[in-house]
Amino acid sequence: MAVQPKKHEMPVQEASVRAHNFKEVAIGYTEEIAVAEAQRCLNCKNRPCVEGCPVNISIPEFISKVKDRDFEGAYGIISESSSLPAVCGRVCPQETQCESKCTLGIKLEPVGIGRLERFVADWHNANFVGEPEMPLQNGKKVAVIGSGPSGLTCAGDLAKKGYKVTVFEALHLAGGVLVYGIPEFRLPKDIVKKEVETLKKYGVDVETNVVIGKTLTIDELFEEGYEAVFVGSGAGLPRFMNIPGESLKGVYSANEFLTRANLMKAYREDSQTPIMKAKNVAVVGGGNVAMDAARTALRLGAENVYIIYRRSMDELPARKEEVEHAQEEGIKFEILRNPVEIIGHCNPDNGRDPLNGFVKGIKVIKCRLGEPDEKGRRRPVEIPGSEYVIDVDCVIISIGTSPNPLIKNTTAGLHVNNHGGIIVEEGTGKTSKDGVYAGGDAVTGAATVILAMGAGKTAAKAIDEALSHK
Amino acid sequence: MFKIAKKRELNSTVTMMDIYAPQVAKKAEAGQFIILRVDEDGERIPLTVAGYDRIAGTVKIIFQIVGGTTMRLNAKAEGEYIEDFVGPLGCPTKTEEIKKVCIVGGGVGCAIALPVAQKLKSLGAEVHSLIGFRNKDLVILEDEFRACSDKLIIMTDDGSCGRQGVVTAPLKELIESGEKYDEVIAIGPLVMMKFVAATTKSYGVPTTVSMNPIMIDGTGMCGGCRLTVGGKTKFACVDGPDFNGFEVDFDEAMARASAYAEFEKKERELNCNLFRKEVE
Repeated sequence: MAVQPKKHEMPVQEASVRAHNFKEVAIGYTEEIAVAEAQRCLNCKNRPCVEGCPVNISIPEFISKVKDRDFEGAYGIISESSSLPAVCGRVCPQETQCESKCTLGIKLEPVGIGRLERFVADWHNANFVGEPEMPLQNGKKVAVIGSGPSGLTCAGDLAKKGYKVTVFEALHLAGGVLVYGIPEFRLPKDIVKKEVETLKKYGVDVETNVVIGKTLTIDELFEEGYEAVFVGSGAGLPRFMNIPGESLKGVYSANEFLTRANLMKAYREDSQTPIMKAKNVAVVGGGNVAMDAARTALRLGAENVYIIYRRSMDELPARKEEVEHAQEEGIKFEILRNPVEIIGHCNPDNGRDPLNGFVKGIKVIKCRLGEPDEKGRRRPVEIPGSEYVIDVDCVIISIGTSPNPLIKNTTAGLHVNNHGGIIVEEGTGKTSKDGVYAGGDAVTGAATVILAMGAGKTAAKAIDEALSHK
Repeated sequence: MFKIAKKRELNSTVTMMDIYAPQVAKKAEAGQFIILRVDEDGERIPLTVAGYDRIAGTVKIIFQIVGGTTMRLNAKAEGEYIEDFVGPLGCPTKTEEIKKVCIVGGGVGCAIALPVAQKLKSLGAEVHSLIGFRNKDLVILEDEFRACSDKLIIMTDDGSCGRQGVVTAPLKELIESGEKYDEVIAIGPLVMMKFVAATTKSYGVPTTVSMNPIMIDGTGMCGGCRLTVGGKTKFACVDGPDFNGFEVDFDEAMARASAYAEFEKKERELNCNLFRKEVE
């Protein structure tokens, strides 16, 4: 039987409908589609896809189980390597990871590994009725700082080995970027909640409302009997452009805008947290966070949403699927543009005009692509005299984040690099401070969920090795 | 969940609560703040620490009822619980090397100026306090200020208590009469702090102000609390809330503070209607 050349399409909500609701965009494969997609896998001997996965999931094996309609068996295989399959199936950049290595992909479209992973995890969540078994306790305490992807992974792996793990979260809800950053329409919050609940069944304690560095310090955690500490505090410090007008009302960091919408549910009519419901919105930046912010603004009722990005469509760092979804929904891409100033309302005749101080436009300059930079990406070169103004009443700045500074500022002996990232030993996640490990965005600066998970796994392994020899 | 161990109305619009939060109480210092949520779907709001009892494990907050969240908080009774309470956040007020200080408080800002005055007094500093209110009904913490101040001047806009006028008038007199302050610490409405800083600047008296802008997480993540200080962008939550009063761009801070004025107005109306229904 000839292999179908293309991936089975992901059923999605119609673009014109979903642009006005916060329900998940992708609906997910049915059992029939999943089995048919699984049959496209060649089950090749050298398994290149596994190498492409930062946590090395046994991909062909789980796909074989799907082929045999043993979906729970498939889940078992994935969960040996991944603590958050329902999350990764949704937010991993598969096209640059597992699927980019797929043998089938040399001539045809690769197997839809991410879509299958998502299907398997959702099937398990909907159909599995048993309770996970509480592992045998070894009596050793480990503290995990931050409940994002790296922290949850590290906590899960250690708990399964019998450690008593406490996760400390600064916000009032566990999940880190999965709950404050990634929107509901891309990752429903019930899924994150379910993953956290599962960890609790393995004996993990989650203490919200504790800011390590303020409420407690790392040194105090050791005094309280924790034998190792994993720092997965993320990269939450937003960067601004330092152009005129950034302090005007209606200018948000993507973090603030998304936190209001996601964590604080400001999109609901009855929300107690306000958010600006703007008609015309400019989002500056081209990453996944920029796409999330743009699509959130659209769902909040904006008529025109512009992505302002200084390179071309080919250089956009966002996942391909997010860019396609954004385009289908009507997001306008103002590429090869760089903002130079945000312009505010200022009524010269009336100093008390309520519009004064609110955003009214963003001035951008056209760019062309020049020589490649050290990362190989072509540098944007501004074209003098090409400035013009786009009328907007809200600007969302999404040009990246830096590691949270609270822990480095309050922990003596913890070394960081000049970007604020915690310096760790490759392969173990060990920091310069004894007993302290780190991983995820706190180390690398803003990256992906799966890389953070990989770092959490690596550190869990190293912590286990260190403590079991103690 | 965090228990309201004690509640007392200081005046018709200002309420004091002691919240049982031992981890926060253990670390809190004057000048720092906490973030709370009243109920599960609540908004996160920052409030500056108005005191703490490390033994009882409580943190004192004093708030003015200005919007939906503070109305909901005020509707809670002693013995009831609030959903979230996190801190202490921000940096404590610097008290080192201050031998003589003038504390300037305005309105509900006096609530957070008080622990600073008390701390400096306990460290042996000479404390002069100038506290201002709209009228005598709104005067709070007079006895507490008297107890920790070597000199106390109360000002009201209408002269119904203490002297009539704004706090900058006696501040100017004191400085001109030869009082040599190591520091003036001003905590109150933005416009008051702006004019205090403008007054002290001409005499070169170092001046610290405490900023309390709109924020969400309080840990440096949202950037909503950004201010321009000395021409640079600073986050009140992690770099402050105290800043050099001569460097803060107050006009910008005042503009930003009104970003959600419309929303707050609607919230107030909504809540007032709810309260009215309950009364009926």
